Amino acid sequence: MSDQSNLPASGDGAGHSRVPEPLEDQDVAPGLPAHVWRPTDVDPKAEKRAERQVAGLFVFSMICAVLFVVAYFSFSIGREIDTFLGFGASNLFLGLTLGLGMLAIGVGVIQWARKLMSDVEIAELRHPAASSEEDRETTLKALTAGLDESGIGRRPLIRNTLLGALAFAGVPLVVALRDLGPRNMSASRLEKTFWMEGMYIVRDVLGTRINRADLEIGDLVNGEPEGLVPNSEGHLPAPIGPDGEELRPALDHEQLLIEKVKSAVIVLRMSPGDIVRNPDRENWDVDGIVCYSKICTHVGCPIALNEQQTHHLLCPCHQSTFDLADSGKVVFGPAGHSLPQMHLAADDEGYLYAMGDFDEPVGPSYWERG
Amino acid sequence: MSTTSKVADTNGGTAARSGKPSKVGAAANWADERLGLAGLAKKNLRKVFPDHWSFMLGEIALWSFVVLLVTGIFLTFWFNPSMTEIEYQGSYAPLRGSYISEAFNSSLHISFDVRGGLLLRQMHHWAAHLFIGSMLIHMMRVFLTGAYRKPREINWVIGVLLLTLGTLEGFTGYSLPDDLLSGTGVRAADGFVKSIPVIGTYGSFLLFGDEFPGHSIIPRLYIIHVLLIPGLILGLIAAHMLLLVYHKHTQWPGPGRTEQNVVGFPMLPVYAAKAGGFFFIVFGATALMGGLMTINPIWMYGPYDPTKVTAGSQPDWYMGWPDGLLRIIPGWTEVSFWGVTLALPVFLTVILVPTLIITFLILYPFIDNWISGDKREHHLLQRPRDTPARTGLMAALVTFYVLALFAGGNDIIAIRLDLSINQITYFLRAAIFLGPILAFWITKRWCISLQRHAKEQALHGYETGIIERSPEGAYSERHLPLPDAKQALIVGRERDQLLELEPAVDKNGVERPHNRKERLRLALNRFWFADNLQPPTAAELEAAHHHHDGHDGHELEAGSHDDDRDALVKGH
Repeated sequence: MSDQSNLPASGDGAGHSRVPEPLEDQDVAPGLPAHVWRPTDVDPKAEKRAERQVAGLFVFSMICAVLFVVAYFSFSIGREIDTFLGFGASNLFLGLTLGLGMLAIGVGVIQWARKLMSDVEIAELRHPAASSEEDRETTLKALTAGLDESGIGRRPLIRNTLLGALAFAGVPLVVALRDLGPRNMSASRLEKTFWMEGMYIVRDVLGTRINRADLEIGDLVNGEPEGLVPNSEGHLPAPIGPDGEELRPALDHEQLLIEKVKSAVIVLRMSPGDIVRNPDRENWDVDGIVCYSKICTHVGCPIALNEQQTHHLLCPCHQSTFDLADSGKVVFGPAGHSLPQMHLAADDEGYLYAMGDFDEPVGPSYWERG
Repeated sequence: MSTTSKVADTNGGTAARSGKPSKVGAAANWADERLGLAGLAKKNLRKVFPDHWSFMLGEIALWSFVVLLVTGIFLTFWFNPSMTEIEYQGSYAPLRGSYISEAFNSSLHISFDVRGGLLLRQMHHWAAHLFIGSMLIHMMRVFLTGAYRKPREINWVIGVLLLTLGTLEGFTGYSLPDDLLSGTGVRAADGFVKSIPVIGTYGSFLLFGDEFPGHSIIPRLYIIHVLLIPGLILGLIAAHMLLLVYHKHTQWPGPGRTEQNVVGFPMLPVYAAKAGGFFFIVFGATALMGGLMTINPIWMYGPYDPTKVTAGSQPDWYMGWPDGLLRIIPGWTEVSFWGVTLALPVFLTVILVPTLIITFLILYPFIDNWISGDKREHHLLQRPRDTPARTGLMAALVTFYVLALFAGGNDIIAIRLDLSINQITYFLRAAIFLGPILAFWITKRWCISLQRHAKEQALHGYETGIIERSPEGAYSERHLPLPDAKQALIVGRERDQLLELEPAVDKNGVERPHNRKERLRLALNRFWFADNLQPPTAAELEAAHHHHDGHDGHELEAGSHDDDRDALVKGH
């Protein structure tokens, strides 16, 4: 505070005024601090040492590059993978040699900059971002002259039709994006699934039908409609109804994923007494076997986690929880509506089939869902 | 150019010079005669860049983007973005014989049957984390130090756009391998698009080319990931760098540093060496991570199957906060009316809130400017404590972000810490609103305390820890003045100016219309600045000196400071 006497005096001694005298920059801001020499600036030995360090790092980098090539050709990958300390040897040594080689260049260059290049800070003046008044005026004049000569101000008919034409010129580009989507983009497509009356439920991997007798209380089976699980030859079979009739022709493999997404179900057996009887779903279960869509009504993840004691089903993506004993109602989480339930029946031998498609769309909500 | 010949070999006006030719000179001459770059280069070769560790954060982002370009180009040579199903016959035994998409097949091929392929894949993924993470922290640095202020508002906007595009680029990128985890992410994205009111269903059809999953999403995401977004990012980075050079970098206040100058090292050689060397460090670090740390082991997840999912499915961390909001919003917010459904639980959390936050960030420099009424250029950075409300706002944003990120991992937290997922969710539903408010308030008061402490030090010196006893028997701690640089930092700071409401009647006696906007601005201005401590005035400094003189009236010798007269303060 040796320059205290240079400080401008303020009229308000207490210093509580709202707009006090600000301090002038030059009065309090000291200049650039004096430059301090580094050991490498004054000691030739230190300088030589730094030089050797930098060159050493560069040589090390070269060695790493060579070792990378060696590792590339000497370690095998694929079926007979070499391992080293539990790592894939190839990936490990390629990463180490590439990484250390690059690091050595970086550390070397920065060491060079810190130890051997000048470390004298220099100052440069800033200029306002704006152009000079003179430049602005000249530009404005040029702009005005150009616009005047074009006559755009005097000919509103041309100007307005040009603006219109440019606006319309964008229309083809936007319209051409239409066929990104399929011909039929009707939301009603989302209401239908592969399921129909008389379609058997099959296990999602094996493709075998599910008999009511196979399920113990508490058992949960992932199902698909018959016709969506490829047989042992990889072909999709045509679904056959309880009366032996072909319900619909076999599906093309191309459409499999799309149909599978909407048609996946879970079949769960609980004690019939546990089921909360909903008047319009009196007999939708078969001896306590219920069937629901497996697709979460939140954003469409397949629901997988079953709490046997509570009959609650939890979606692992965002934890929406549905009560399967009570019409699939949401009991927790962000899902906005119940899991769609399927009306189940069993044929004479006890195999489970659907009494029809879901009566509401499966999967995430959308505007037209209603 | 021959130096033995005196015959002019250019059409320039100056005579050919003799002298020892330098190779660099000759090359520079060759280039300049064709490109005329000397005019530009003379200004920029020795351009001054200030030095501070926090200026390195943006560099990490820049260089990790270069690593992404390099490794990404390699990956495109082998990756096949097709959803055609084929039988896997590669090296990874557990999946051999299963039907998988070409995209997943080629990702496995890169991982198991291309030497260095796994390294490139893992480097690419790690660099993506680094890219987005460093952009985020760089943005926080710029925000907290006020580097977005005039004339750099446009560069701030470009930065927010880069962060947004980087996030989208990350999402499109990790969706490409078509593994079970990424497929689940795409499935959720379908739900996100469908939640948009009125146009959502069409959006989903247009995006997927059919009902989900269709056969087009991977090729489309691919071209977006390798051409569209990287092209935009590249262009925006170029603009970001050009503006940085034009404005010259901001600097921390300190000895010799003013609003009118920039103090640091010249571009050539020191800054070029440091920044250029740093590229190799980022590249090397990414390569080490790729070699040592497994990331996204798609072979363990298996191919995408819309009927399968694993517990603990998580998006990459930068998508985690909207995912967290998505998890904690209650389902009853979904409403149906007039035959339509408004899927608010989804639309609000992953579409609307992120859009509003990005919009707010883009507008922030202009809002800040409107509140402060400051029209000057600023090149000296502010210490976060000197802008308590702004620092508090960032603390609130960070708290919101972190809580939402926790919500995105609520299942992991529940399992690891053996807690109830329902209770975590109920807690976060409240905390997501209360946490940011609390964080704002605590941070603002904390900053003001730090300001108070700094002001006290500036007026009365710092505590040395030396306790002295006076001849009368009184004890006191010896205080010494701060070093000049630190004192200047505290005393030289700009004062906050409070706006005044213009009088209700203007100077011509005409009544002003009752202006609610102005009143709001004034209220915000008060809220933002009125509690701040202002740096000591000259009078206060003067008074503090007299105060000390009055108490002691004699000089004390203490340590290395030679101007420590007046320094002793008795308990104040």
